[in-house]
Amino acid sequence: HLSNGRVDLGLLRQSLRAEFIECLNQCDGSKALVWDDKLTGPFSLIAEYSLLKAHGVDKMYPLRAGSLPSCEMQHIIFLTRPKLSNMDMIADNIRDAAHDRLKEFSVYFVPRKTMLCERRLEELGVYGNLTHIEEYCLDIIPFDNDLLSLELPLSFRECCLEKDNTSLFYVARSLMTIQALYGTIPNIHGKGPCAKLVVDMISRMRRESPSQGPAVMPQIDSLLLLDRSVDLVSPMLSQLTYEGLLDELYGISNTAVKLPPEKFMSQDEEKGAAAPVPTGPKLITLNSGNELFGELRDLNYQAVGPLLSRKAKRVTTQMEERHEAKTVRQLKIFVTRLPHLQETRQSVSTHTSIAELLKEKVFNDDFMENLRTEQELCAGVDTDGAHPFVEMLIAKKAPILKVLRLICLQCIVNNGFKPKLMDYYKREIIQTYGVVHLLTLDNLEKVNLLHGKISPTFNMLRKTFRLTVDSVDEVNPQDISYVYSGFAPLSVRLAQHLSRPAGWRSIDQALRQIPGPLVEEKQSLPAGLQLKKSQNPRVTLVFFFGSEEAQSSDFSKGTASEEED
Amino acid sequence: MADSNPTADWNPLGQVYYRKFEVYAMQWKDHVDLSRSRSVAAPFGGPIAIIRDDKKSQKQSSAKMEIQIFNAAGAQIGGIKWEYAGRLVGMGWSVQEDLICILDDGSVMLYDLHGTFKRVFSMGGDSRGHRVIECKVFMSSSGSTGVAVLTGNYQFYVVSDVSQENARIRHMAQTPGLDRPPSSWVILPEDRVVRVLIAMDSQLFLVDSTQAEPMSPPVNAMPSSWVSMAVSFNHKFLAMFGNNGSLWVGTADLQNVYCECNTNATEVPHDLVWCGSGAILAHWDNLLFMVGPEKDWVKYFIEGNVVLVPEPDGLRIIDNCVHEFLQKVPDVVEKVFKIGSLAPGAVLYDAMREFERKSPKADEYVRSVKDQLSEAVEQCTLAAGAEYEPSRQRSLLRAASFGKCFVASYQPTQFVLMCQHLRVLNAVRDFRVAMPLTHTQLERLTLPVLIDRLILRRQYCLAIRICDYLRLPAQQGASRILAHWACYKVQQSAVDDAEVARAIVTKLRDTPGISYTEIATKAKDFGRQELAIRLLDFEPRSADQVPLLMKMKRDELALSKAIESGDTDLVYTVVMHLRESRELADFLMFIRGYPQAMSLFAQYCRQQDREMLIDLYYQDDRLVDGANVHLLDSLKDKGWDFQFQKLTKAQEMYQQGQNRFAAEVAGDHLKLIQIQRQLQERTDQPFLGEPLGDTVHKSFLYNQAPVAEKLRKDFKIPDKRFWWIKLKALAESRQWLELDRFAKSKKSPIGYEPFFEACLEHGSRVEAMKYIAKVPAASKPRCFIKCKAWEQAAEAAFAVRNDEALDQILMKCGPGYGSLQERIQEMKAQLRQKY
Repeated sequence: HLSNGRVDLGLLRQSLRAEFIECLNQCDGSKALVWDDKLTGPFSLIAEYSLLKAHGVDKMYPLRAGSLPSCEMQHIIFLTRPKLSNMDMIADNIRDAAHDRLKEFSVYFVPRKTMLCERRLEELGVYGNLTHIEEYCLDIIPFDNDLLSLELPLSFRECCLEKDNTSLFYVARSLMTIQALYGTIPNIHGKGPCAKLVVDMISRMRRESPSQGPAVMPQIDSLLLLDRSVDLVSPMLSQLTYEGLLDELYGISNTAVKLPPEKFMSQDEEKGAAAPVPTGPKLITLNSGNELFGELRDLNYQAVGPLLSRKAKRVTTQMEERHEAKTVRQLKIFVTRLPHLQETRQSVSTHTSIAELLKEKVFNDDFMENLRTEQELCAGVDTDGAHPFVEMLIAKKAPILKVLRLICLQCIVNNGFKPKLMDYYKREIIQTYGVVHLLTLDNLEKVNLLHGKISPTFNMLRKTFRLTVDSVDEVNPQDISYVYSGFAPLSVRLAQHLSRPAGWRSIDQALRQIPGPLVEEKQSLPAGLQLKKSQNPRVTLVFFFGSEEAQSSDFSKGTASEEED
Repeated sequence: MADSNPTADWNPLGQVYYRKFEVYAMQWKDHVDLSRSRSVAAPFGGPIAIIRDDKKSQKQSSAKMEIQIFNAAGAQIGGIKWEYAGRLVGMGWSVQEDLICILDDGSVMLYDLHGTFKRVFSMGGDSRGHRVIECKVFMSSSGSTGVAVLTGNYQFYVVSDVSQENARIRHMAQTPGLDRPPSSWVILPEDRVVRVLIAMDSQLFLVDSTQAEPMSPPVNAMPSSWVSMAVSFNHKFLAMFGNNGSLWVGTADLQNVYCECNTNATEVPHDLVWCGSGAILAHWDNLLFMVGPEKDWVKYFIEGNVVLVPEPDGLRIIDNCVHEFLQKVPDVVEKVFKIGSLAPGAVLYDAMREFERKSPKADEYVRSVKDQLSEAVEQCTLAAGAEYEPSRQRSLLRAASFGKCFVASYQPTQFVLMCQHLRVLNAVRDFRVAMPLTHTQLERLTLPVLIDRLILRRQYCLAIRICDYLRLPAQQGASRILAHWACYKVQQSAVDDAEVARAIVTKLRDTPGISYTEIATKAKDFGRQELAIRLLDFEPRSADQVPLLMKMKRDELALSKAIESGDTDLVYTVVMHLRESRELADFLMFIRGYPQAMSLFAQYCRQQDREMLIDLYYQDDRLVDGANVHLLDSLKDKGWDFQFQKLTKAQEMYQQGQNRFAAEVAGDHLKLIQIQRQLQERTDQPFLGEPLGDTVHKSFLYNQAPVAEKLRKDFKIPDKRFWWIKLKALAESRQWLELDRFAKSKKSPIGYEPFFEACLEHGSRVEAMKYIAKVPAASKPRCFIKCKAWEQAAEAAFAVRNDEALDQILMKCGPGYGSLQERIQEMKAQLRQKY
């Protein structure tokens, strides 16, 4: 399903696979893989078990402290993020199994080997036991035909709070990978400090390795890099698209979501009289490989129901056609269509169950009240004082994330809090949720999610970029604001402006009001590869640093977009 | 020349012809006397090393010897002052054009072709104790250069690739009966094995590292001793000379014999060498005696001593005055030029000459070979390649060019390539460059190697021009050459740093893919730190640049370059290096100047070393961050004393760091945990570490209401929140009475719906119903619906004209409520009327 987008991301997957197989082939003998938990998800998108099996992998274990389960495999391969704590575990594992002289050990770092980790292994005295200490450069992972991710969930924290820009370096490297596969991207736009750093790094890397094999015809004509700090509002809002809600309520990770199994039993096991006891959460993979999900994912939740019922009806009528089939020929046609029909029916039923699950959660007072508050805040209603709904949430000790999201949202739309209100909120949170949140709040201030009064910019942005839209048709959307039922993310607006003929020139003033440097750069293309005035619509690669939502990935015609967590 | 008879210098040797022509007049004419020196020359037109021979000059003072190195045209390009105690046993050239010197103590020294020392290794084994008495340098079948030595106790040691550091030294098997020097020996490389063929008088042994195999080749007139042996360049053929004057020529495996001829010579030849693979030459004073495979022979008379250099396609003969090349006339040349030849090439050549003379015969000739014209063109093209003289190359190419006009759809690749190669060859054959390569040799050597060799000879300009001319990619061509040029440039110590740096940078600026680090390393090795640093500044690859800067102790520069690169691993490398090489205080002071490095180090400490983290924050005046660490630590431990201590510390630091709010919070928490300790003692329930809200909540649960009230007062809990907490706690512990009292204590700041909800949540519908009365009218329908009190709900909804709620009730109440449903329909009708 990766290959049917505007830019063939299957190519990226293939090259990643080939590289991984090369790594496996470096190690002799039968293999056991030991996985850093953080990596199993990303790898599942690159290499399936049968592929591993075909290259001599017989056992897989999660990386844990202590000793490895005993196994016959000759070669134990550790796949790990370059984290020091993992090194300790690896050393434990190796020391415990090292008495077996026939065993070999190798460590593969993903996405890169670091000096600190190597030193750590040396200090722990296992460096000498390792046959290979290499890196496997899995930095950017294709999720869907228009979505890529680096799967670095902590990058926002690391970059903005701890000022550790390691993930930005990975971003730059992954962009080089992309450019190696899909050609140099001629236009780069960016906003925010991270974007600036990454653009600097890219141009540096270009200088470092000037000629990289054969030149490739550029397939992507512009790159947009956006710091999360440019648009802190949208992640504070509840996501309202089908996929967004699933993520909000159940959490999507690596394109799969775990749902309570009860809902799905009846359909799946209809015929089995004694339905087996549900063993665990049901894992459903979500990507545009499933035609129906492709249609549903970006719909506002209000539009999901109608679409599903339309689909269900159509499937039923199509199934009914078999009764009308009279001639052998007609029957034959019907039979050939049958597998597809059954598949559709199955997926309609699955998604109807999911939609019901969501409906239960969405159509209750809390969610609605929360949504109303968000919308009021965005519209600038009641933002100056302590918000009663927030107060009530705190008093009821609602999940802190929910509370903080609202407070941060209020802070941004109000252009900061007066000291009195700030201290009041802080004290309320600390008293209710514990003193540890003094640090949480301190961190929020450091990353500018909470701050004192500043010169008013949000209103200006709201007007310039039409962030709030009053009359929204969620079912037949005309404007991207449908995704939040009336609020358009700034990041999307920026991308939309970029795709217009005038580019960012028309909004120059407003752009300068948003904090963080503005980057615009042109990369020279190798001679002979200049884009012809293309017949094809332009392709833009959008890169978010530290994004948290799976929303609004496709927003304007012919835009391959991309997210980075 | 072009008109001179091309066959004038041909000598027939049986069915084939050999020719000998002058390549260079030697520039050493007046300085070098070969008869008084030992000399060794590299194949492929390589350099010649000469040392005054102590045996010949009758002087034993080996201490002040000098090895001189000349190019093929006899110009000196280098020299080595011999200052070693060991006696030089032999010399040779490697394929990398390194001069190999083998000493009698078993050490093997490598010098480049300018006489700069490169490295030394030992042949090990018995070579040190028993001395090396003989040695040979050979080319192995994989193309690498090997060395074999014979020690004083008659053991053979062989290294098959001297260019590899730590190359393995093989000890050859013992040869039975070898108790004196063998009468002759030779190395026979075959595939991956190296064998030594040893002649002990007339006995022959083929020795490898495992065994010594006696050999008995088919010989008619067996001499009493084989005194000289030679292997052809391609390792396929062997020649042996017996002390009875017989010359045996056969295959290298000694299975087949090609010829055995008697030279009637009584003296042992100075040298026995192959000319290509078709003839063998024996060298006596003033005479070269060439024998072909069919016992045909040719004699060449020479003056004085000569150096004989076997080449893959011939033999170079160098004497005091001239440098000549002896080769079998290449087949294609023979075809074109042989008198009376009717080969198409020959006809075409003649046609061209007639054409130039404007004679109509040209047409006639071309017609006569019109079916073989492509072959004719090919022959002329190849013959041009095989000719050494440019004018003759030109006329042959002209013939080819003339001929190809008549060939429909001619593929010009071969012709174009030949022109290009000849141009390159003629350029490098110039006596100033002195690489007398034939086209065959160039094809074996390949162009990249030729470029390498030009670089070795410091012919940078020519090398670049050749690369440009052949359009080689910059990475292989120009960039590489310029980098070598720069490495050479930094060694010119006479020029000052700024000048050299400027010269290098100006030249290299527009060349992609230059490793400035490599050049800088050279400069550093040469003792020019300043220059190295200047050059490093231009290195775009920080991963190369930074380590070298660290090596040169430029910590500041290394760190800032690492930070610039954005590669955090590189920053860590520098930071950890600094941490190890400096005192802690010094290190912390240093790193303060670099915020990015500081935050990375903090990141490291956060995972590895919290004490250090606090030190770091303290040093950096980041008291609040330091306090945060203490605060976080205080929460990890469940022990009261520890918490108290850590919190106190945190509070102090918040105060010092002027964070009033945080200090207050920490202070409050200190107060709280003191109360929690009392609560814990009183109720025997875990309280420590709970947030204030939960503490109040639990106080109500465990009948500590007064404490809860005190907490409310002390910590100024806002009314609304306190009401929520108390309400939930009372409902949770089902203290309905208390709850009722609480509700009536004063007007609720949070309304009464929460009371209703809480009761319902904790399972008392009855209690819940009580509070509905106090709920605002608008909310009543909803509450009644939740209690499933449909009638009341309907009434309430009607009262506030809530049509929607009525619909809901209708839907939910179910079939048991027929009358109610009717009533609701009525209500709905009434509502509609009123509007």
